[in-house]
Amino acid sequence: MATDTPMRDLSGSKKAHRGDRIFNRTITGAAFTSLLVLAGITIFLGAQTIPVLQDQGLSFLTTTVWDTTGVPPEYGIAGMLYGSLLLAVIALVIAVPVSLFLAVFMVFMAPAKLSKILTNLIDLMAAIPSVIIGLWAFYVLVPPAEEWQQLLNHYLGWIPLFANDSGNFSGTPFMAGLVLAIMMIPIVTSITAEVLKRTPPELINAAESLGCSMWTMLRYVALPFGRGGIVGGIMLGLGRALGETIAVFFVLKIVFDINFFNILESGGGSVATLIVSKFGETNGEFEVQVLLAAGFFLFLGTLFVNALANLIVRRTERLRS
Amino acid sequence: MDSVQTATQEMMKSMSELEVEVDKSKAHVGAIEMEAKNVSVWFGKRKVLEDVNMAFPKNSVTALIGPSGCGKSTFIRTLNRLHELIPGAALAGEVLYEGNDIYAQNVDPVHIRLSIGMVFQKPNPFPSMTIRGNVLSGLKLSGMKRSDHDDIVEQTLTSAGLWKEVKDRLNAHAGELSGGQQQRLVIARALAVNPHVLLMDEPCSALDPASTLKIEETIRQLSKDITIIIVTHNMQQAVRVSDYTAFFLAEENKPGYVVEQGATTEIFGNPQDERTLDYVNGRFG
Repeated sequence: MATDTPMRDLSGSKKAHRGDRIFNRTITGAAFTSLLVLAGITIFLGAQTIPVLQDQGLSFLTTTVWDTTGVPPEYGIAGMLYGSLLLAVIALVIAVPVSLFLAVFMVFMAPAKLSKILTNLIDLMAAIPSVIIGLWAFYVLVPPAEEWQQLLNHYLGWIPLFANDSGNFSGTPFMAGLVLAIMMIPIVTSITAEVLKRTPPELINAAESLGCSMWTMLRYVALPFGRGGIVGGIMLGLGRALGETIAVFFVLKIVFDINFFNILESGGGSVATLIVSKFGETNGEFEVQVLLAAGFFLFLGTLFVNALANLIVRRTERLRS
Repeated sequence: MDSVQTATQEMMKSMSELEVEVDKSKAHVGAIEMEAKNVSVWFGKRKVLEDVNMAFPKNSVTALIGPSGCGKSTFIRTLNRLHELIPGAALAGEVLYEGNDIYAQNVDPVHIRLSIGMVFQKPNPFPSMTIRGNVLSGLKLSGMKRSDHDDIVEQTLTSAGLWKEVKDRLNAHAGELSGGQQQRLVIARALAVNPHVLLMDEPCSALDPASTLKIEETIRQLSKDITIIIVTHNMQQAVRVSDYTAFFLAEENKPGYVVEQGATTEIFGNPQDERTLDYVNGRFG
């Protein structure tokens, strides 16, 4: 049966009410502002990067030279980019298990009061400024941690990862990764706990009625349910680890050569820390541009990690529904 | 008043029709499988259940009826030790399964929960698992080793009356099933670990009438082999599926207790307590 009655405009509910109209515009404006800021940063950094790439070519990304006085001067941040990644991986390996255990303990095992105290402490830990963490690490953590590294090297030194030929255990990637892990743990723990708390009680009931143990309940019910959120939390922590500057500055000795995997060997790379340590001694506009270009690639890397996190979270969400 | 009388008469009539069936079903009812002795229950300092004594013969269906908040659900959760998982939960008395106290110190609650399965009010299949995965999930969760997985899946889904509908899509996600199908899937899941007793906490309250009838059919079939204890708010359902009925009641801010229990035909046809008569005729609750 064909009908000739014209279609009606149904968008009125969004427009006709004055309060909603104002509210919608404010929110939309705010949302676009944050996009504008992001675009601004990208454009600014991108503009600084172009002359550097024109001058240095792709070797800026692939070499490890840092010769400010040469004719012509040469710059390569491969060691720094790789170093940032290595530190992040070390931090992940240490922080993720600790955070998961802590979150599981808080949500499923600890008495309610202890759980509340822990939650508050961990939120507080997340709020400590990184410069404080850096100072604390420098004065308090580093001395014993150097001995831990020697122990690791003593017993596991036959694995190349833990080899150390120089006998110098200060300013190692491991140390920097450890400090980053300490900064990641509160973020990852807090998000994981939040996600685990949302495990539907009826699913936990179901598992209990089927004779689950704590471990099988986690493995087959709670963790699969929270997977998306937990991965998101880990990626957020990873974003912090990749971009962290000042805490790493205190504990890592910056060297331009790539330290591929000798994580107990003195010296490593970090883009962010490179920028902060070289910024004060720049000579001329071009050197500033070089540092900003390094920042641009760090920014791209962090953006990439966040995008990846979003993708993973969305995919697991879709699988579930 | 007339209408109440007519309704009662109608119910009696439908019950006398049922009688033959109930009697027939009782032929398989055996010795006492489970028994609750002087069971009282607390949540923190609040007593919610007072001195419940009840016996469940093997392969019988027992319906627990009564208004909301009278402790029926709490009671069945004491029968497979799920009750104790709630913080602050406490219990007095004994629950005997095959003559042994399930709360004795040396008893592993996991074994109890495997022998005494449970189906909940809201269908709760595991959303991240397939239909097949859900049926077998109890084996994984309890660490039970059995190799005949395909047989288990077919058998339990057949027992739960779902096999025909899902046999071609066992690897589909459980979330794709309708509510009624999900509830039957959950029954199959509970059966896969081979329980001797199945507790059902208002299994049909979230389902439409057609699905409800299917589940009831399943319950009647299952009761040939296992003992079923079902909480229900649906009087007709209690009449249709159960051999025995217990009527729970709780006065305001007082713990719940059993007013009357006995053969379903007696509780509905010839209740001894006036409150039972009023409740089964829908005059309160």
